[in-house]
Amino acid sequence: MKTMFEKIWDRHVIWSEEGKPSILYIDVHLVHEVTSPQAFDGLRMAGRRVRRPDLTVATMDHNVPTKDRFVVVDEISQQQMDALTRNAQEFGIRLYDLHAVEQGVVHVMGPEIGLTHPGHTIVCGDSHTSTHGAFGALAFGIGTSEVEHVLATQCLPQHKPKTMEVRCVGTLPVGCTAKDLILHIIAAHGTDFATGYVIEYTGSAIRALSMEQRMTVCNMSIEAGARAGMIAPDETTFAYLRGRPHVPQGEAFDEAIARWKQLVTDEGAQYDACVVIDVGAVCPQVTWGTSPGMGTSITGVVPDPDQFATANERKAARDALAYMGLHPGTKMTDIEIDRVFIGSCTNGRIEDLRAAAHIVRGHRVSPRVHAMVVPGSGLVKRQAEAEGLDRIFVDAGFEWRDAGCSMCLAMNPDVLAPGERCASTSNRNFEGRQGRGGRTHLVSPEMAAAAAIRGRFTDVRAWNAPMHANHA
Amino acid sequence: MRGSGFVQSLRTHTGKVVPLDRVNVDTDAIIPKQFLKRIERTGFGQFLFYEWRFDVQGNPIDTFSLNAPQYKGASILLTRANFGCGSSREHAPWAIADYGFRVIIAPSFADIFYNNCFKNGILPLILSEERVDALFDRTGSGVPYTLTVDVASCRVYDDAGFSETFVIDAHRKHALIEGIDDIEQTLLLEEHIAAYERQCAPRSYFG
Repeated sequence: MKTMFEKIWDRHVIWSEEGKPSILYIDVHLVHEVTSPQAFDGLRMAGRRVRRPDLTVATMDHNVPTKDRFVVVDEISQQQMDALTRNAQEFGIRLYDLHAVEQGVVHVMGPEIGLTHPGHTIVCGDSHTSTHGAFGALAFGIGTSEVEHVLATQCLPQHKPKTMEVRCVGTLPVGCTAKDLILHIIAAHGTDFATGYVIEYTGSAIRALSMEQRMTVCNMSIEAGARAGMIAPDETTFAYLRGRPHVPQGEAFDEAIARWKQLVTDEGAQYDACVVIDVGAVCPQVTWGTSPGMGTSITGVVPDPDQFATANERKAARDALAYMGLHPGTKMTDIEIDRVFIGSCTNGRIEDLRAAAHIVRGHRVSPRVHAMVVPGSGLVKRQAEAEGLDRIFVDAGFEWRDAGCSMCLAMNPDVLAPGERCASTSNRNFEGRQGRGGRTHLVSPEMAAAAAIRGRFTDVRAWNAPMHANHA
Repeated sequence: MRGSGFVQSLRTHTGKVVPLDRVNVDTDAIIPKQFLKRIERTGFGQFLFYEWRFDVQGNPIDTFSLNAPQYKGASILLTRANFGCGSSREHAPWAIADYGFRVIIAPSFADIFYNNCFKNGILPLILSEERVDALFDRTGSGVPYTLTVDVASCRVYDDAGFSETFVIDAHRKHALIEGIDDIEQTLLLEEHIAAYERQCAPRSYFG
């Protein structure tokens, strides 16, 4: 009896020895421009080649301007993208650059073009690689030294992580999304409750999620400290995969499904830890602090630091409120915002944009707010335009941008000014994450859209009959 | 010629300790993203904790511990739980090493950061909350405080009675002491890698 994680792990260990990390074979290696240049330099220094360029795929996303994308004003950004172009060429790696319609945030692009399969081991020099676990893959972020290791050997020495089941029972209330679910879990259990573990999300509430929503949940597993997040593949997974490029077609697809169905955790298999989440209790979430765990319900208030249990928590809350310019007791619905960012590897997929557009339709962005929508990939952008979503956003006063990481981490021209307050669908509200002095509140696409219109956080459940993203 | 898989060895280290009294220090705080655009591994130390160390004009912020005169030249960083959370950027340990740190002491570390430290000859040393509190008390006196770390015996101690053992995985310990190139080690398994590829042939995406 094995868990899904153990089945995938065992199948990929090419060598193990008592007292040493196992050597794991990697099926897909995703590469982007920020964490790879030093790895390629290392290969050159040692006279090594890329062992499997055919299992390595690159794109540029972090530095990419989302407006006038071919005009890169920042010379160092340009150098970093040029380095990736040169490295891809020299080592024979497929690169989706700014000219490719598929180009986008690496964790949006990969699943979209069918690179992510159940049972795969997938790595990338990026912590949000956990996103791909939504397909029942073992996917995790690695450092640049490890990027070099995988380039050179297609393998990675890994200490076996422990397993944790996060069982989500009940039904997600109307107006609450996968983003609210994962923010709720992190707020309840902390940003390090899963350190050292691979999470498998199970339960009826997870089964009910679309692939896009599952990706949102797995994406933020790293914000719980987890090595990876996984969801067993099912009919929803197979329906998403069917017909995509790089996925087996025809009879081979049916054979693949038969194999993928074997991946699920066996009845009676033991996890090292288990957490049960009552999904019915989830409310739309807004973070108030500088860590993804510092969040509360839209009906809540900014907490009083003195009410926290430990000295460390009290200090962290005081530091956070000082940085965020917030006072204890302020209602979340009284917090006015300056900027709205809809996009990122967490919430930049087509369903996210549909859900946001549904809220926005027929309304105008508040005069106090500068709002933008950044599709997660060129294909998301094209699909959204085919559905007329871009018109809904533009007519309401949103900017409609090109694909990239944009203001999720502000390595490009999309940056908050000091003191600006942003409702953001991204994954991290760390100090300075969206720009020095910038104040980030993490929310769902629906909540961000509603905040853009009202100019302050608003309970989306009271909006004209909000819908789940998967009903679009 | 060796690649960057080679790790600088760390056997024993004696150095001054600087406290950083914050939980959940993330890698964005350790090295803000505007400094991730360099394509080299070196020169990141000047940007370490940049937005806590320097104001918007680039002047040092006096109240930040790393800028205090009594902590100048520190090579051991003492901090709180979940250090290094967030982004996988190896620029964070590069900045820490380049600044001159060889050891970080905390009650816990985020996984990817913890692993990245060993790739760069930095020891992330885990002690209990109580022992970390005790060290914070010792560093707060205004008098320079020095610790010695012995990797082989897994012991950290001062010359005034503080002594504690710590745990690290045997393989990581060996790698830290010997400074091995782990890419070379994996390449030695070529036969096994090739056998796996023949048997379980992963699909080529781009041939």
